[in-house]
Amino acid sequence: MALDIIRRSATTTPTPQARDSVELAKLIDTTRCIGCKACQVACMEWNDIRDDVGSVDGTYNNPTDLTSSSWTVMRFFEKEDPNDRFNFEWLIRKDGCMHCADPGCLKACPSPGAIVQYSNGIVDFNQENCIGCGYCVTGCPFNVPRISKSDSKAYKCTLCSDRVAVGLEPACVKTCPTGAIMFGTKEQMTAQAETRVTELQGRGHAQAGAYDPAGVGGTHVMYVLKDASQPQLMGLPDDPQISPTVSLWKGVAKPVAMAGMALAAIGGLFHYVMKGPNEVSKEVEAEVEKELEAEK
Amino acid sequence: MTMLLAAHNDPHKGDEMHLNRRQFFKVASAGLTGSSLVAMGFSPTAALAETRQFKLARTTETRNTCPYCSVACGVILYSLGDNAKNAKSRIIHIEGDPDNPVNRGSLCPKGAGLLDMVYSPKRLKHPEVREPGSTEWKRISWDEAFTRIARHLKDDRDANFEATNANGEIVNRWLSTGLLASSATNNEGGYLTHKVFRNLGILNVDTQARI
Repeated sequence: MALDIIRRSATTTPTPQARDSVELAKLIDTTRCIGCKACQVACMEWNDIRDDVGSVDGTYNNPTDLTSSSWTVMRFFEKEDPNDRFNFEWLIRKDGCMHCADPGCLKACPSPGAIVQYSNGIVDFNQENCIGCGYCVTGCPFNVPRISKSDSKAYKCTLCSDRVAVGLEPACVKTCPTGAIMFGTKEQMTAQAETRVTELQGRGHAQAGAYDPAGVGGTHVMYVLKDASQPQLMGLPDDPQISPTVSLWKGVAKPVAMAGMALAAIGGLFHYVMKGPNEVSKEVEAEVEKELEAEK
Repeated sequence: MTMLLAAHNDPHKGDEMHLNRRQFFKVASAGLTGSSLVAMGFSPTAALAETRQFKLARTTETRNTCPYCSVACGVILYSLGDNAKNAKSRIIHIEGDPDNPVNRGSLCPKGAGLLDMVYSPKRLKHPEVREPGSTEWKRISWDEAFTRIARHLKDDRDANFEATNANGEIVNRWLSTGLLASSATNNEGGYLTHKVFRNLGILNVDTQARI
């Protein structure tokens, strides 16, 4: 395997750190997206997943949400102006895993090796080791992983880790007809985002900006937004953070609890060997039985 | 474990809170048993995480053109096997051809889903005819289809070919039949289409090369 695993769920042994690897990223320029959904199709074709044919809910959202077989979906948002009905905006965002540098799903996962982070930044689920507990779903600040109904295992975008490992770009990136999805090193993509933001600002979109939230250590899927001051307009959290419950339970509480359990076990063993079980002598037993009969 | 269970027969048990020689051996042997069980595999296995195997590594790549619209994007068909005599091939993946100047690897949602068109149960795989007045489509052989088409063309051309117009000018045209040509074709194919059908006198040549 060409990639090192730099983070591994529920594992305390150190991961290989000696080799350097280029950090990669995908940049989604929402201002160039036309919502054609080629990325959705390419994703399904590459990853051998086919979702059920859904139903139309009156919007272009189809499927209406991420599922265990739809790892990316276009989300359509309508921004209305109550004072001016002609000031209407149709915002489209390709939703999917953000591949956080500090992944909440990986932190929350209790199964060793079910979630890993490769040295190129990709956060990948290994379904073989997944126990289907769903902690990754609650641990994710972007609400991305989904548990499959057919095998009760968690699935999400892999950033086409199998393609990227052999030097290819992800399937969605390759297919995108407008070039709204780009792929390269994190450095290149950050520079690309900056160039595009400057361009958009020059065209009068003063609020244009990149979305690479620091609360999760930055992401390996970044956005260019026309209005970066209000990411919630496109369903993105303002300042995504790993839930404090996850940080507490998987951070401080875990080693303390482990130490407590180990102490209890060792203490129990020593106590058993040195004191033995609590026994009632024949004499005491006979005495108690007599007392009981006397009470009758 | 038997040693542990025998602990309550120990005459020295519980005398004082310090470990005597016998108790030390018991604790040590219990520890050994526990660690041996772990070593023998009664512990959670170390999970190795790897990416999925790259599925196109040794597939046969065949260049083709997307059949949907007139943009005629280049695609690559990836099929199982290396075309060896005894191996049966099957297309397992289709994606854009990065070397094609038209699309440089990109594809629209229809093109990106070509694999599902290849294996669509509704795909037309052989010629069919619906006889006049019939509501049923009937499968016919390619030979029969070509013969029938040629027969119809000949009959219609014989009946409706105009060598001259009302003013007596030579026009050599055949207006009662039209041709809808393919859009997903190359220059040579387009040239031959025109050459053949213009030679017959057909003027109504169109393609679906418009979106």
